[in-house]
Amino acid sequence: MNVLAIDTSNYVMGVAVIRDGAVAGEYVTNIKKNHSIRLMPAIDQVMKETSMMPSDLDRIAVAHGPGSYTGVRIGLTTAKTMAWSLGIPVVGVSSLEAVARQGAFFQGYVCPFFDARRGLVYTGLYRSDMTIEKDETNVLMEDWLHQLKELDEPVLLLSQDIAVHEEKIVEILGDQAVLPKAPYHYARPAIIASVAEEKEPGPLHDLVPNYLRIPEAEAKWLEQQEK
Amino acid sequence: MKEDQYILAIETSCDETAVAIVRNETELVTNIVASQIESHKRFGGVVPEIASRHHIEQMTITLEEALEDAGMTLDDMDAIAVTEGPGLVGALLVGVNAAKSIAFAKQKPLVGVHHIAGHIYANRLEKEFEFPLLSLVVSGGHTELVLMREHGSFEIIGETRDDAAGEAYDKVARTLKLPYPGGPQIDRLAQEGEETIDFPRAWLEDGSYDFSFSGLKSAVINRLHKAKQRDEHLKPEDVAASFQASVVDVLSTKALRAAEEYGVKQMIVAGGVAANKGLRAALQEKFEGSETELLIPPLHLCTDNAAMIAAAGAVAYNQGHRAGWDLNANPGLDLELFGGRKK
Ligand SMILES: [Zn+2]
Repeated sequence: MNVLAIDTSNYVMGVAVIRDGAVAGEYVTNIKKNHSIRLMPAIDQVMKETSMMPSDLDRIAVAHGPGSYTGVRIGLTTAKTMAWSLGIPVVGVSSLEAVARQGAFFQGYVCPFFDARRGLVYTGLYRSDMTIEKDETNVLMEDWLHQLKELDEPVLLLSQDIAVHEEKIVEILGDQAVLPKAPYHYARPAIIASVAEEKEPGPLHDLVPNYLRIPEAEAKWLEQQEK
Repeated sequence: MKEDQYILAIETSCDETAVAIVRNETELVTNIVASQIESHKRFGGVVPEIASRHHIEQMTITLEEALEDAGMTLDDMDAIAVTEGPGLVGALLVGVNAAKSIAFAKQKPLVGVHHIAGHIYANRLEKEFEFPLLSLVVSGGHTELVLMREHGSFEIIGETRDDAAGEAYDKVARTLKLPYPGGPQIDRLAQEGEETIDFPRAWLEDGSYDFSFSGLKSAVINRLHKAKQRDEHLKPEDVAASFQASVVDVLSTKALRAAEEYGVKQMIVAGGVAANKGLRAALQEKFEGSETELLIPPLHLCTDNAAMIAAAGAVAYNQGHRAGWDLNANPGLDLELFGGRKK
């Protein structure tokens, strides 16, 4: 199967091409630069370097969030519209699961998270076989860490934003927390592609971002309705 | 025999997800608009984040509907055009990235289009342009007089110094507690009222084609406030009629004066406010007996749509303009620079 994988859900921008099940090319940057400008040139480059034409693709994989609302939409719009144009399936993969897979061989729990400001994180908890232990959620990091503490098992924490929360992690989890070096903290697009290869694609139009949060205006509106 | 040329266009600059196909620059093949107005109503205006969320849900559905309606496939298209700006950045991004994706997947040329150029070109789907022409662009975000000496060239000879006409409508409507969107509501009320209040008209300095509506807006709000304090009953119909009279008087008078000074063959009204009955009537009256032909597009081409982007995009495409894979949403895109950009 030939798969193009796209991830622009956070600062990391990743593009991978899988040809006949093997990783043919992967392009990853981790810089604060505009995904909308850089994504299609990156896809063009990786496809050219791997001698692939868009019509050679059998499937498109995309990180569907959570993450930056705008970032998630850029990746998803691109993946959905390319797949629709080519008449091939598109498969969404959780942006958190994509990071969690970096710890796939860890003996214990794997906790990927993205900082969501004001002490909040987007997170979820995975077992070492990459099945889900605790569903993805938008939660106060402090509360989440106390939940992890109760598991009483080693937890591998994976996040680009580790520095923002490191103090709290060490304070609450102590030796239970395992914090690897920088290269383990970001999602690899080739892994997104391989997860997508095994998933059953759903209807294309129905694939929408997993924001894990309603817009602020809507939250305020709902609050007012309750008054 | 020359083969037919087809341009598929996408427009997502505000709260409509729109896809259209135009043949040979001027023939409308299909024009699909998925409106989100119901979703924004409860907030009393367009919420950008919610608009963006709707766009990504609607984008491929709308594309498919357009192709089905036209009975065509992407392979039939000669190029893909898209609104690159101005507009809400998050909303624009969905359209721009969708257009790039189609163009890349099918290896088709890509053309970026200025939203206002689109509004002007909507008229070309009804009647061929004759240059020089002037366009009075009136919408929620714009009020300007644009001179075109030839295809693809735009010279702004007057623009608003504060609020756009549509913005003033929305603010006055909110003060009158009319439901969103306020513009059409005021127009409707104005039809039933009379001009009983003499609101100011901002003519600005002699010879200027600029506009200003913030003074008028404040005058209306102050007058309503005063009436409330005095327990005086002002008929909302009359307030609407008086406010609208001031707006359309300034717009139509300046439009006619500009048309005469520049000796233009056509005066094209463009943008969402072109749907306003009061404005249409005032312009028709002013331009009666004028050498300049007045063109006002049908309603479905006044509000945001992708047919207008296809019409403008087709001209840009035939003039040799091409966007690269790095095309981005540009919320502050400048109309004159857009017209003068390099090929
Ligand atoms: Zn518009």
